[in-house]
Amino acid sequence: MLASIIQNLFNAFQWGSFYSLIALGYTLVYGVLRLINFAHGDIFMVGAYIAFFIATAILGMAVSLPGWMVLAMVIPLTMILTALVGVSLERIAYRPLRRKGAHRLYVVITALMCGLVLENGNLALLGASRKSFPELVDKVVYTVGDLSMTNLKIGVVFSAILVFIFLQFIVTKTKIGMAMRAISYDKFAVPLMGIPIDTVIVFTFILGSSFAGLAGLLFALSYPILDPYMGAMIGWKAFIAAVVGGIGDIRGAFLGGFLLGFVEILVVAVFPSTYRDLIAFAILMTILCIKPTGMFGVAGTTKI
Amino acid sequence: MRKLTVPTLLLAITGVIVFMSHQEYIDLYIQSVIMFMGVNIILSTSFNIVNGYMGEFACGHAGFMAVGAYVTSVVNVMLFTDDKVFGAALLPPETAVYLFPFTLLIGGAAAAVAGVLVAIPSFKTRDDYLAIITIAANFIIISTIINIDKIGGARGFMGMKKVLFAMTDSYDIPWILLWVMIFTFGTVFIIRRYVTSTYGKGIIAIKQDEVAAEIMSVNTNRMKLVAFMLSSGLAGIAGGLFAHILGYINPNSFGILKSTECLVMVYLGGMGSLSGSVISAILFTLLLESLRFIIPWMDTAMHYINLLPDSYELSQVWKWVIIPLILILLMQFRPEGIMGNRELSDVFPKLKKFYSFK
Repeated sequence: MLASIIQNLFNAFQWGSFYSLIALGYTLVYGVLRLINFAHGDIFMVGAYIAFFIATAILGMAVSLPGWMVLAMVIPLTMILTALVGVSLERIAYRPLRRKGAHRLYVVITALMCGLVLENGNLALLGASRKSFPELVDKVVYTVGDLSMTNLKIGVVFSAILVFIFLQFIVTKTKIGMAMRAISYDKFAVPLMGIPIDTVIVFTFILGSSFAGLAGLLFALSYPILDPYMGAMIGWKAFIAAVVGGIGDIRGAFLGGFLLGFVEILVVAVFPSTYRDLIAFAILMTILCIKPTGMFGVAGTTKI
Repeated sequence: MRKLTVPTLLLAITGVIVFMSHQEYIDLYIQSVIMFMGVNIILSTSFNIVNGYMGEFACGHAGFMAVGAYVTSVVNVMLFTDDKVFGAALLPPETAVYLFPFTLLIGGAAAAVAGVLVAIPSFKTRDDYLAIITIAANFIIISTIINIDKIGGARGFMGMKKVLFAMTDSYDIPWILLWVMIFTFGTVFIIRRYVTSTYGKGIIAIKQDEVAAEIMSVNTNRMKLVAFMLSSGLAGIAGGLFAHILGYINPNSFGILKSTECLVMVYLGGMGSLSGSVISAILFTLLLESLRFIIPWMDTAMHYINLLPDSYELSQVWKWVIIPLILILLMQFRPEGIMGNRELSDVFPKLKKFYSFK
């Protein structure tokens, strides 16, 4: 009994890490721009596909490299290319709207549509056949008593924690992090202070998208079947996790992701698996009803 | 005289279309396009109450549609047909003709009750947090339906065609077409009456400034409750009609994608413009259906000029690339939508001479 609980906790940690990694991207962009980047889940999907293409390209080369070396090349390349996708979305779709000072809602709709374009464009270009990700790392199973743990799961959890610490450091300790916070505080005063607002925003998108790419790679390693709609559901869920944590707050996104992972795994452990979404979302909705701005969110004050 | 132009016109359109489809001058495909147009008009105008007039960002309209679709279908199948799951018909099938609008209204009422699920949290939560609640509500409704095995679960639910046959057996008229048109006009009429009434102006006040509205003695909580319930109730009616047009429903067809379609229609037409919503629903349906023909045509054309390799074929998936792209472009160049927040008579003031629509 105890063993199965702990086993489930491990699984929850793994899923929580995926949700956290994506939720961090949502929250970063939201924290700076107050924009729900609905395309983020699909950037995660694009990341997984980019990782797939790079991995197969490297494996297809004449020299046969050991798996870890391939992985060491795939990770930075995936992150860079995914960041490129995220930044070009910002450049093409969001920035012109921002320049025009369009209503926030229009940018959100644009983001939603960009997500659809990415999803269905992928489906249309690559076809509906699912891609299976090559196995880059040998699965090592560590067994302690009844518990088993794979090196992949440990890697996923550790990278989520590392990313969190890294982002927390950037946002709270560095100058560019300070600029990011400044933009979210007052978008109009920041350019007057001589802070290049566009650079900071591009930097934010680079951070968010590259970690979405990392999440996509890790997801593809753990569940090696890729399909174009894989990002949609996980993206929506991660977004909900970010909001429950209090969107705009790094700690909130991190904890919200893990909370969602725990709730989902625990629900599946007790109820039939079809109830997962139902109960998980019901719990999250209750949390939002009790604390409308999420766990770490600060209630905005309205001036009259 | 001007008051009568719009009702007369609508009556004439209904009469002509119903007569023509009865005489089979227009085929079933065009009939179904007209019916989907009606359903889309109901969806976009009712969604416009919350997203346009009230200025909230809700994105879970399809969930309420699902409630309406399922409730209406189950009630109809239970009452009028012999079904494996629900047993023999409770009422003689001949009564289906008379009771069909009432079962639709029952579905609408159920959807309105489901709307409370979103309305109550909306008292405290605002914009993005409310968006989440609506998305979560959509997911919750869908997965609830999936988990009720008696109505088919994830396999979907069917048997509505028998209800339609029972109706045409009594009087041989394309009933579903008639009801779609009546409910479409009814919806537009109700919404128009609602948002121009003194009572309904409260929701526009909430959009402008919620605090100020409250100070001016608008009961904001009550207005939100009414707006959400009206919006979701009308969506439920649309769902009921949708279910009977198709004769088969599946919980997954009411997912986020359907909600996105509703969002597209509202923002395409313009927030807070009723005629904009109607026009955009019509255009959207026509666009969806015409792409069905344009894409194969483009496929042949592009193969003909050797732009595409032989192994690749333009498929219908491109539809869902083209439509979002159109909307992205629209947002870049005309973000307020086709009509902005103006009505048809504001854009063409001369039309006022011919009709008044209150």
